[in-house]
Amino acid sequence: MEKIKFNFENNVLSARIVGDIDHHSARGVREKIDSVIFDKKPLTVLLDLSTVDFMDSSGLGLILGRFTVCSEIGAEFKIYKPSRGVKKILELAGIERLMKIVGDDSDEA
Amino acid sequence: MKRSENQMKLYIPSLSVNEGLARQAVAVFVAQLNPTIEEISDIKCAVSEAVTNCIVHGYKYSSGIIYIGVKYYSDRTVVIEIRDNGCGIENVDEAMTPLFTTDTTGERSGMGFAVMQTFMDKLVVRSKRGEGVRVQMTKKLG
Repeated sequence: MEKIKFNFENNVLSARIVGDIDHHSARGVREKIDSVIFDKKPLTVLLDLSTVDFMDSSGLGLILGRFTVCSEIGAEFKIYKPSRGVKKILELAGIERLMKIVGDDSDEA
Repeated sequence: MKRSENQMKLYIPSLSVNEGLARQAVAVFVAQLNPTIEEISDIKCAVSEAVTNCIVHGYKYSSGIIYIGVKYYSDRTVVIEIRDNGCGIENVDEAMTPLFTTDTTGERSGMGFAVMQTFMDKLVVRSKRGEGVRVQMTKKLG
């Protein structure tokens, strides 16, 4: 079962997902993240994918949906440390044109 | 026609919890060919997309059976067929257009077929309205 580890500091909410992101897990992840976003009202949301080994296009839907939620409340949304496999699907969808992807090999952030 | 070297068949109910089972089972079977991590990752993703389509679109969350068949040949070609008996796709070309989705919640990306197309070497989708969908994907391993 997928888990999410939240950390809220200096108006930055980081949400680290542990496990696979597919259609089955996406709904639970979405509901948990949205409830914490609405509760904490962060200025930045960091979606930490460093412990996600597998993600399919349901994960893209999850990311685009959270990006929209953050835009609506005026928060910045960033993706942190996607694995190689996850990066491939992010690139296919052109996600980096919409939001920052930080913490990977080509980025020191 | 060359003969397949090995094959497997898997019939599973259209429950979302089986998405993980389907991609893991196919990955374990294909692992007999010693694929690269990237090849396995591509295949798992393509299978996950096709099975999710059966559940979300084919059967629209109602109960049905998803048929998965995998074969590989001596030249390291892997052929995966995923089929449902659901509602079918009226316009396959439209459904395969990247970003096209019938979803209105903004939570689905419309990238499923684009992923299958990009991560596999060949994708054939056959469907008629009311007659289910048959997705055949081929990948030649290095």
